[in-house]
Amino acid sequence: MSISSSYFQMCDALPGREGILNFNLMCNKLPDLMKGLPLTLELVVISLLAGFCLAVVIALMRISNNRVLDISARTYVLYFRGTPLLVQIFLVYYGLGQFELIKETFLWSFFREAYWCGILALTLNTAAYTAEIIRGGLQSVPHGQIEAARAIGMSGILLYRRIIFPIAFRQALPAYGNEMIIMVKATSLVSIITLMEITGIARYIIGKYWTPIEIFLIAGIIYLALNYLVTQLVKFAENKFTKYLQPANKN
Amino acid sequence: MNYLDLLSLGDTGWGDEMLLGALMTILVSLSAMAIGLFFSIFATMAKLSSSAISRSIGNIYTTIVRGIPELLVIYLLYFGANNAIMGIAKGVFGYNQYIELPVFFIAALAVGLISGAYSTEVIRGAFLAVPKGQIEAAQSVGMHKFLIFHRILVPQVLRFALPGLGNVWQLTLKDTALIMVTGLVEIMRQAHIAAGSTHEPFTFYITAALLFLTLSSASSRVLNIAENWANKGIRRA
Repeated sequence: MSISSSYFQMCDALPGREGILNFNLMCNKLPDLMKGLPLTLELVVISLLAGFCLAVVIALMRISNNRVLDISARTYVLYFRGTPLLVQIFLVYYGLGQFELIKETFLWSFFREAYWCGILALTLNTAAYTAEIIRGGLQSVPHGQIEAARAIGMSGILLYRRIIFPIAFRQALPAYGNEMIIMVKATSLVSIITLMEITGIARYIIGKYWTPIEIFLIAGIIYLALNYLVTQLVKFAENKFTKYLQPANKN
Repeated sequence: MNYLDLLSLGDTGWGDEMLLGALMTILVSLSAMAIGLFFSIFATMAKLSSSAISRSIGNIYTTIVRGIPELLVIYLLYFGANNAIMGIAKGVFGYNQYIELPVFFIAALAVGLISGAYSTEVIRGAFLAVPKGQIEAAQSVGMHKFLIFHRILVPQVLRFALPGLGNVWQLTLKDTALIMVTGLVEIMRQAHIAAGSTHEPFTFYITAALLFLTLSSASSRVLNIAENWANKGIRRA
């Protein structure tokens, strides 16, 4: 007997429609919902990576001495943190089609796809939050450390690579962990623009069987498990990178 | 039509509709924040209590609500609240009729549930920030529990919690955009309707974005004033 058939047999043993919740259906539909997990993960990972790269640029603009760069970075952060992600997604997905310039050129093959629109909106959004996290990290580097590095002749990239980035990274890690969780949750919004990730599949199944509570609960459990995993990963990383800050021996 | 015609007030433009949407957003956010604060008082008490059961109930609430997408919380309440109320009405009162809660109530409750989980963490942090020595000192001069709460804890907790609660307010304001899925006509729903009927989606979504931006900048200004006021006479290091 295959694993899947024994799984469904186990599901059939659970109470069905007679109870408060239809556990039988919840168990049976779990594999269907899990099919949305790869897309959810893909959206999270791609937009976090792309968003991080963009965020480094924005953070550097923000702490640069150039007024124009600083003000444009500030405006970017203000806009993307001050408006809901849903508006940003709608602006990219529905809004950009209003312009001939986009609709008539090769750009349309990109902005036509809900997938790319979703990734673009998520990336731009997380970049704004991450930029502030990175800026906080960079500015928390004690001045004395930078002076010390300069005194022994480090400058430019070497100074950043050896002194500033490692310290800033450790400082920013907890906040970035929160941002990762926010992104996992944020991907559920792209279901509104027709993407079939976990929430999208949940809505599809509900449309078929009309059991909203059961299916949304299952979806919630999957997200919860995913976020638990993220928090554990961040905890692990924090433990690894900030060993020197912890008390040496706890006995 | 140009931008200003589209957004003019009156029958020909969508300006007044969008402003009404903004009013609805403000109303939902305020109610949600109030509901959230109400929840968070109990949740904080539960999380700081000495009983392991209360502590785990508090933890379950904040972990679950903060761990699943806001959209799912809203969907769950939107579809589940009516059924739950009907189930209770049937089981407890033997009332068999169909009950439908007002959408506004469900929306405010859903966003309030989310906002409450974040407020709980903020208020809990603020409670823990009050130096233990002050409470001991209050006990040593003979203050009893209630007096300590109201003379020592509350004034300081409110001050410590204010910046965090300001952040929660900004989150709540943005979360209300999601309640467009319930059909309540706030900024996003109104922009969606207008975009559909004029075929100018960018115009209306950017207007929605600007409305949200205005609301959040205005509230951050108010919060700054409130913080300055609360910190009056406090020495800064």
